[in-house]
Order: sequence, then C-alpha cells, then structure tokens
Amino acid sequence: MGKISIEDLAKIQEAARYKVTLRQGAGRVRMNVHMGTCGIAAGARGILTAVMNEIEARNLHDVIITNSGCAGLCSQEPMMTVEVLGELAPVKYVQLTPEKVKKIFDSHVLRGSVVQEFALAVGSERTH
Amino acid sequence: MAYRTYLMVCAGTGCVANQSMKIKDKLETEIRKKGLQEEVSVVTTGCNGFCAVGPLMVVQPDGIFYQLLKETDIPFLVEEHFIKGRPVKELMYTPPKEKLPIPKMSDIPFFADQSLVVLRNRGLINPEIIDESIARGGYQALAKVLTTMTPDDVIQEIKASGLRGRGGGGFPTGIKWETCKRMPGDIHYVICNADEGDPGAFMDRSTIESDPHAVIEGMLIGAYAIGSSHGYVYIRNEYPIALERLQTALKQAREYGLLGTNIFNKNFNFDIKIARGAGAFVCGESTALMASIEGRPGEPRAKYVHMVERGLWDMPTCLNNVETWANVPQIILKGAQWFNSVGTGDVSADPWGGSKGTKVFSLAGKVNNTGLIEVPMGITLRKIIFDIGGGIKDGKKFKAVQTGGPSGGFIPESLLDLPVDYEELTKVGSMMGSGGMVVADEDNCMVDMAKYFLSFTQTESCGKCVPCREGTKRMLDILEKITVGEGTEEDLILLEELSSMVVESSLCALGGSAPNPVLTTLKYFREEYEAHVKDKKCPGHACRKLIQYKIDPVACVEKGHGCHVCAKNCPDGAIVGETKQAHTIDVMKCNKCGICYDVCKFDAISVE
Repeated sequence: MGKISIEDLAKIQEAARYKVTLRQGAGRVRMNVHMGTCGIAAGARGILTAVMNEIEARNLHDVIITNSGCAGLCSQEPMMTVEVLGELAPVKYVQLTPEKVKKIFDSHVLRGSVVQEFALAVGSERTH
Repeated sequence: MAYRTYLMVCAGTGCVANQSMKIKDKLETEIRKKGLQEEVSVVTTGCNGFCAVGPLMVVQPDGIFYQLLKETDIPFLVEEHFIKGRPVKELMYTPPKEKLPIPKMSDIPFFADQSLVVLRNRGLINPEIIDESIARGGYQALAKVLTTMTPDDVIQEIKASGLRGRGGGGFPTGIKWETCKRMPGDIHYVICNADEGDPGAFMDRSTIESDPHAVIEGMLIGAYAIGSSHGYVYIRNEYPIALERLQTALKQAREYGLLGTNIFNKNFNFDIKIARGAGAFVCGESTALMASIEGRPGEPRAKYVHMVERGLWDMPTCLNNVETWANVPQIILKGAQWFNSVGTGDVSADPWGGSKGTKVFSLAGKVNNTGLIEVPMGITLRKIIFDIGGGIKDGKKFKAVQTGGPSGGFIPESLLDLPVDYEELTKVGSMMGSGGMVVADEDNCMVDMAKYFLSFTQTESCGKCVPCREGTKRMLDILEKITVGEGTEEDLILLEELSSMVVESSLCALGGSAPNPVLTTLKYFREEYEAHVKDKKCPGHACRKLIQYKIDPVACVEKGHGCHVCAKNCPDGAIVGETKQAHTIDVMKCNKCGICYDVCKFDAISVE
C-alpha cells in the first residue's frame, strides 16, 4: 500500500474492528462452546467451526468465542452457552448441529430472543 | 477467516531476555500441530508491564493471564486451554501470601489500579505493524489537527491540558511550543529525547517498544504546531529492540505517507531522523544531547539562551521526552479537559499550578511486583508500592523509596502518603524525574545506597564544570570513608556543605541534582550515618568493614549437629570446626561475603 488518505485510516480501522474487540476482551455476545472430551467426541469442533463461519459470513464485530470443559451433562453434547452480556442471562443450548447454530444466530444473537426448542436451561457453569 | 483467540505474548525487553521469543515459536509449533492455526493467532506485543513474572502472555478475548512460562509448559497449555477449554491454573498468577490463582488479568491488583494513556496500546497491538496502531486510533489526531485545527489551536489545547515535561523538568509543554514557534529562524527542529539512562528506569524504552507510532504522531502534531519540518529522535544504542521497532515504525509511516512531504495532502512536510547515543548519562541533558547530535562531545552549556531560541545548529528547537510526545495524540483526540480532569492542582491560571494526567513509572528494587506502571498523578506512594507493587519482597520491612532516578532523593515511610506530584516530590527533597522508582527495605544501608547512586552520577559527570567534577568526587571520598568506619562527625557537616555547593553552582541538572540521594538520606536517615560514624556499625549490614558474622555454638551443635555446610561453602576457608562440634569463624580470614549466613539452615549464624 502506498500513500494513504485520511479516509483510508477509517477503512483500516473498520477492517480491524473485530480483531480489536477480541483483543480487548470486549464484546456484546459471548458464545462458549463446551469442549470436554465428551463434547469433542460428540462434534464440538464442528460446532466451533460453524460458529466461526457464522460470525464471518454475517460480518459480526461483537461476538466473542470462548470454550470451556465438560459441563457434566455429557449425554446432551455438543453444547454451547450463549450470553448477551449485561442484558440476558446465559442460556445453554444442547444437542447442537450447524443448522441449529444458524438459527441461534438468527434469533438469539441478532434479535435477543432465546431459541426455546434447543435451550436446556438458563444459567451457566463457571468457565474457569 | 478471523481468528477466535489471540495469544498476546509479551516481547518487551524484560520478557525477551527471559526467552519469550522461544515461547512464541513453541506456541506456533504446537498450534500448527493441533491444526488450530486458522483459529488461534500468536501476537508479539510491547511490554505488558508485569516484568516480575515474565515471560508472560494474555489470552484474549478470555482475558486469562499466564506467567513464568517455560517451553515445556506449552504443549499441555495448548491442548488444555485451546482445545479442551480448560485454562491451566498452574500457570496463572497467585499473589504473595495467597493460595488461589487469579485467572483474569483485569482482576490482578497490579493491573486493576493502573490507568493507561501513554501505554494504552500495550499488550494490544503488534508494534511492528502500523495497521494495528491505526486500528486502535493511531494517526487520527494528526488527521484532526491537519483538517480542523490551526497551529495556534493546537498550542492552546496543549496549554489548557496542563501537560508538563515527563523527562523530569516538568516544564509546561504548551508554553515551550508557543515560545519555540515565536522564535525567528529558517528552520525549527523538534527532538524526542529517548536517551533514558537512569539505572532501574525503562519507561521510555518500553513506550517505544510497545507503541512507537504514538511517539511519531505526537512529534508530527508538535511539528505542525511549531512550524517545523525536521525532527530527531535521540535514542541510545543500548536499546536494540526499541531502536529496531522505531526504525520499522518510521519506515512504515513513510510508506503510508504519514512522514515526508505533503502529508495527507495538507501541504505539511515533516520527517524524522534517528540519532543514536553512545550511552552517556549526561546526553539526556538537553544541551548535551544537541551537542551530541551535532557531532561534538556530549557536554552541556549554560542556558542563558534557551534552546527554544537557539538549540540544535543554533536554530529554535523544541525538545520533549518520549512520554510527553506520546501523550499529545490523546490530548488532541479527547480534549484538554479530559486530560486535566485527572491529577492534582489547578492549571487554568498558572501552568505550574498542578500535575495533570498520568505518569509512567518503572518500579524496581525490593518490591514484589517489579515492572512498568502508569498511574494517575496524585496517587500516593503507598498505593504504588503496597497495592500495585504488592509490598516488599520476602515480608521484609519497607525503608525508603527513591523517586526520579539516580539523582532523586530517598523518601522515608513517614512520607508514604505523599501524592505523586512535581511540586510535592521536590518539596521533600526528591523529584519526579523521568519516573524511576527504586524501593529499599530494612536490609539496605542508606549510606551505601547514597554512595552507590552518587558513584553513578560521579562516573557520568562530563567534567566540564568544576563543582560537579570535583565536588561529587570529594563527596564520594567522604562516603567511602564513612562506609569503611573512618568517618567523623565533621565529615557529615562537610558533606552537607559540599552538597549545597554542588547543587547551587553546577552547570546543568546532572550536578544540580546529583547530591539529592546524599541530602535526603542525611535528612531522613541521619541515625544510620551516626551509627557508622560514632558506633562504627552498619545497621543495614551492608558495609562489609563494619559488620561481623558470628556462629552461636549452642545452636550450631544442638540444632545443626555441627553440619559443616558453612565451612564447606566458605570461599576463604575462614570457618573451622569438626562435624558434630561447634564451628567458629576466623575473623582475620573472613571476607564477610555472607555465604555462611545464607547456607546455614539452623539460624546459627548471625550478623551484627
């Protein structure tokens, strides 16, 4: 890239927005994929990839991904806890598939409405 | 695809010295091995600040802080945290005297009590990539001044902010700029003083290492305000990482047209050259620094004519310290009022009326959390040392803190509630200086400390003026005499007289402040001097000629069964005795190294 203009500063900033959000540990929504042995065996890696793909496809800058160990409910894996920070209590989703992840993005992440049919309970285990 | 996790590995000088680059390589290898390279990114950042526990890294967005990493920890860490989602407790920070580790960086008291302006990008960006700086708002302030502000507007904003020189003098920055701008001359120069030479100080080094573009942008704004198109950064060659990152930053800024001609098409030209110093302490003094850039010996001159009038190559010159420059972009972006809402006093009428904004300090010596901190002006020394610094090492007792580098004064416990402020520190005989802070505990001898710092300034005296060259030498002779037990009470009076002579008649601030450690220790710890002079004892057990090691024969036999470890370890063969019997020290042979004291597991050896 050669000489840049004042407008280019804003473009560089915009392109890096998601990176900056993540590095500051800030974000509007936290999605925690459970990655215990049980979760991984049941396909948690695929769920994690699906979440990352959704974030990229929808060009979201405010969704952060974390992962945690087994939540103790191995029969319901793969699981994920979704939390709209400071607004809604964390919600646990069970027996996930990439299609279900898509729906959770449409409804919970973007519109703040919990997808009741995949939800197990409201509340969260400690992540660390 | 965007990454989901960033591993912010500290690559400040301290952590690099502790092999953080090997940790980075190992992380990258392991991440590739596990197929996570598309998801997890390793970023090298500038100094994180918590140097005491390096090499360290922060995992974002979780905010987990890992410390004292070893290459062998990495495979387990990658598997546990990044695949299985279980942060590794064993690698987290546990405060002294506590049992539970603190996972999140933001919950660690060392970080929680700081407020970052100058170091706002530390640990968040890779300083070698200009886009990362721009992503965090870099060069926005430059865009603002070039599009919406006149040079006078900029000067008014800086004046209103109350920003004062962070290199030690505390001169109001806006006034300096205004005076320099008014001075006639074909060329005006701006200089960044990065010749930080204080033992135990690394603020400027870390600022350049973690965010070089903040300094460059500050200089650009200053140059626009003053009407300058030529800048210099005078940086010591012993700072290889800072130098390299600065060179990279300058190159990238030039490629983007942020340095050079017609910047942002606003008909503003400015470029920066690097002048490398050879490590002479006196070259941090502004006139000596300019002499050095000009290729002359680094010696100061009398300042009948100020540098803003006739500085580098006899042209009007505005010199500011690294930290001062790095504050400028934030003041422009957020406004003078935002800046001066933090700090002490009132600068609206009198620019010397208060200390505003934040100050970076390097915390060193006998404190648990050594490292780099940025705190609001007006914070108490007690909060810095005991909350952020985590108190004194090994549960020892605090004795004194030296602020302001080798020529700063020692401040005793009774004054620990003093707010950090230019005037308050000067009042008690010390100074803000550039921000070194060295903590002494009960085991430090204050006479010895004063001698150490005076020997530094004495060696670094350029020798141009007599009071500094000869005065500090004679003072050092007297201190030497006192520490070997040959001092007299008259010596203390002579020491005070010499000190005030050196302070008053030296040519520059090096001599003008060199006696501070002596004067303050004489003032606050006079009893220690008297113990050396009258009783020929050293209460801190540091002056070898005045101490004696003794073995308690009862403890030696009953507790240790004459274990003989001390005798085995004595380098002088001064300890005699058979196993199971009491040992004794031959005072004629004993060199007072203290090894026996350290190796005795039965507390049978004492020192007095």
